[in-house]
Amino acid sequence: MAMRTSRRASAPAEGQYQIIGTRPLRHDAVDKVTGRAQYGADIYPSGVLPGRILRSPHAHARILFIDTSRAEALTGVRAVVTSRDFPSLEADQTLDMGEANFTLKALRDNVLASDKVLYKGHPVAGVVAVDDMIAEEALGLIRVEYEVLPPVISALEGMKAGAPLLHEDMHTDAFGKMSDAPSNVASHTQHSLGDEKRGFASADVVVEREFHTQAVHQGYIEPHNATVFWNQDGKVTVWCSTQGPFEVRDATAAVLGLPVSDVRLVPMEIGGGFGGKFEPYGEPVAALLSRKCGRPVRIIMSRTEEFESTGPTSGSYIRVKMGATREGKITAAQAYMAYEAGAYPGSPVGAGALCIFAPYNVPNLLIDALDVVVNKPKAAAYRAPGATNASFAAESVVDELAERLGLDPLDFRLRNAAKRGTRRADGIAYPRIGCQEVLEALKAHPHYRTPLTGPNRGRGVAAGYWMNGGGPSSCTIRVNADGTVYLSEGSPDIGGTRTSVAMQAAEVLGIPAEAVRPMVVDTDAGGYTSGTGGSSVTFKTGMAAHEAAQDVKRQMIARGADLWNVPPEKVVLERGVFRCTHDPKLSLSFAEMAEKLLETGAPIVGNATVRARGPGGAFAGCIVDVEVDPETGKVTILRCTVAQDAGRAIHPTYVEGQMQGGTVQGISWALSEEHAYNAAGAMMNATFLDYRVLTALDLPMIDTVIVEVPNPTHPFGVRGVGEVSIVPPAGALASAIYRAAGVRLDRLPMNPEVVKKAIAGRS
Amino acid sequence: MALVYIPPQMRGLTGGQARVKASGRNVAEVVEDLERVYPGIRERLVEGVRIRRGISVAVDGEVTPLGLQERVGEESEVHFLPAIGGGRF
Repeated sequence: MAMRTSRRASAPAEGQYQIIGTRPLRHDAVDKVTGRAQYGADIYPSGVLPGRILRSPHAHARILFIDTSRAEALTGVRAVVTSRDFPSLEADQTLDMGEANFTLKALRDNVLASDKVLYKGHPVAGVVAVDDMIAEEALGLIRVEYEVLPPVISALEGMKAGAPLLHEDMHTDAFGKMSDAPSNVASHTQHSLGDEKRGFASADVVVEREFHTQAVHQGYIEPHNATVFWNQDGKVTVWCSTQGPFEVRDATAAVLGLPVSDVRLVPMEIGGGFGGKFEPYGEPVAALLSRKCGRPVRIIMSRTEEFESTGPTSGSYIRVKMGATREGKITAAQAYMAYEAGAYPGSPVGAGALCIFAPYNVPNLLIDALDVVVNKPKAAAYRAPGATNASFAAESVVDELAERLGLDPLDFRLRNAAKRGTRRADGIAYPRIGCQEVLEALKAHPHYRTPLTGPNRGRGVAAGYWMNGGGPSSCTIRVNADGTVYLSEGSPDIGGTRTSVAMQAAEVLGIPAEAVRPMVVDTDAGGYTSGTGGSSVTFKTGMAAHEAAQDVKRQMIARGADLWNVPPEKVVLERGVFRCTHDPKLSLSFAEMAEKLLETGAPIVGNATVRARGPGGAFAGCIVDVEVDPETGKVTILRCTVAQDAGRAIHPTYVEGQMQGGTVQGISWALSEEHAYNAAGAMMNATFLDYRVLTALDLPMIDTVIVEVPNPTHPFGVRGVGEVSIVPPAGALASAIYRAAGVRLDRLPMNPEVVKKAIAGRS
Repeated sequence: MALVYIPPQMRGLTGGQARVKASGRNVAEVVEDLERVYPGIRERLVEGVRIRRGISVAVDGEVTPLGLQERVGEESEVHFLPAIGGGRF
């Protein structure tokens, strides 16, 4: 059985930190394991009523008219709304919503369709009634007349000449130059370094392949939920499950035509998000219903609604060409990437383009990245959005190059590994990064040095990159008389971030992590904080907590100086004890000083806001051993090891958890998951029964190696850890399956049917 | 003078050059200097008083939320990039 290992490549010096790198119990542990934690479905404001959404049965259709009169007349129905209930809006207003980017009209239309429906499941109307059954019955009484239009189901289909247009007024934006004719291609961007033609001409080996991937869902266990009360004074309160309280507040306010200060969003505990909970879905509808009926309204999505109506990540078509010399140096790379944006522009093809060749020094490069609208729900972010598709394609070609050159796949990657100063596809030079260290950690791992024996077995490796994010964050720390502190922050807790943030404050103040009481506050109570995504929270909110703690420290040092009648520069705080530097008898612990605050002056509150920059980017690598059953095509994972650069692991257990979780999702994406659509654009597997997510029963323990190449822009060296581990598994598995079964697969998922067919084709 | 990396789709405006020098204390002034030498560039990069939607600007390796207001040093590198996730990354 594989043992869990946690190796640290650049461990802090002995005694450098008291708290950083330890493993305290997370602050929300007891509530989470006893069921006391309050999620969106647990909130019951007085008088709350259930809401339901009527959704389009068609993937593409014009709405000719909507008649809600019979639904409104049904006894027990309190209100019905359509897009006509939105106030009029300014054209072309854009909203930055964390990991999403919408025009206001697109956002409104996605919440409640106005003139067209663009995917099966597109919301058309909302109903609130005295109970669920009457609300359901009312949906059936709403009459909608559609003019059904032919749907576009894939990016390649949408790009063909004569393809049905989703938006007749959309033109292709080629970096500020608009196409003459309307198109389903919303944007076409390019990256170019050197001269790729010359680079390929100088290569001894060139490999070019095409790849196809399907949309996959984030698969969070907790569905979207929104409980909203529109008070008679015009103030709106939203309780919901969200990764972006301020983004969703701002979007909800914009859609409703309200100032942001009239909307208060209370983020409940979140049962998974993975990037899929940055957009409003039910919130504005529940708000409109609440305004009409005068009661709080709750809308909770079913699993089928989640699959049919919320953003999966993009399906894609990717063509990759790479060339290398016989000495194993990459000379050129080229990629053509067309990603499905769903109903509205905004796929993660841009991020995918930055990540596709990111682990390598590629002197000559050309990437074309196309964002293509199709009749599916608008794509949303999913854990390193865009990068997994891209890495599957590029790492498969890298593996084939290494094989044709007769080189060990890790050695080939090491020979070309990106370092500080290597130019990314967009031309920006990398700062200090840990790509080489991650690959070296994999090469040194016992897994890689253990031969894999037995029939139908193979080993694959792959590398991956995610740029991570920063952004604005705020933190307030209040000192209590018992020596504890309250820490208020605005980042919903995913994966234990309230604890990783608290630990950073604890380190500055020299107090135990348990003495810091973190709380995630609502949008009225805390300063603006950008959402929990982009692997940014431990980085940006940790930075804010660090600064707020420094503010507390300064104030308490000043208080100590007053108390001891010495200049402030003669007072230090070391390991939780305030001392006077020239009189060792003058010392007080943090708790003792805290006890004296109210008798010596005002309460002490520390504040900080940051616009965290320099997230540094993170690399991960994966080794996977598989056994392929040639009769059924089933792929069994025998062993899997992931190495990832965390910069500095604040709480190693939670870093390991993120690495394992991301890897598992990457494996499931590679081997099992897909949104399966029929020709009419209906998803055929819209429940967890048929949308097969791999579970703990399908996988062995994932071994983790935490590599630490500190990020120089963060006080503790943090790099985001939440996403990058999802990137390499698909490429590693493709290579492992090749070595086990002799077939190189060019599509995801590599499910048993696909593998079996490929083996039969080879035979 | 700052070194400005020209996106591939705009190199037709710079005679094919991928990198050009431009002066300015901030991105707005750099764009104006570019426009003087390569007319048409401003329209591709700027909409009203802001960087065009869908475009980010990075100075010295960091995508900046300040857009045209970001300060530029004598030795700075300036990149105009496709925006990702609303320009956050």
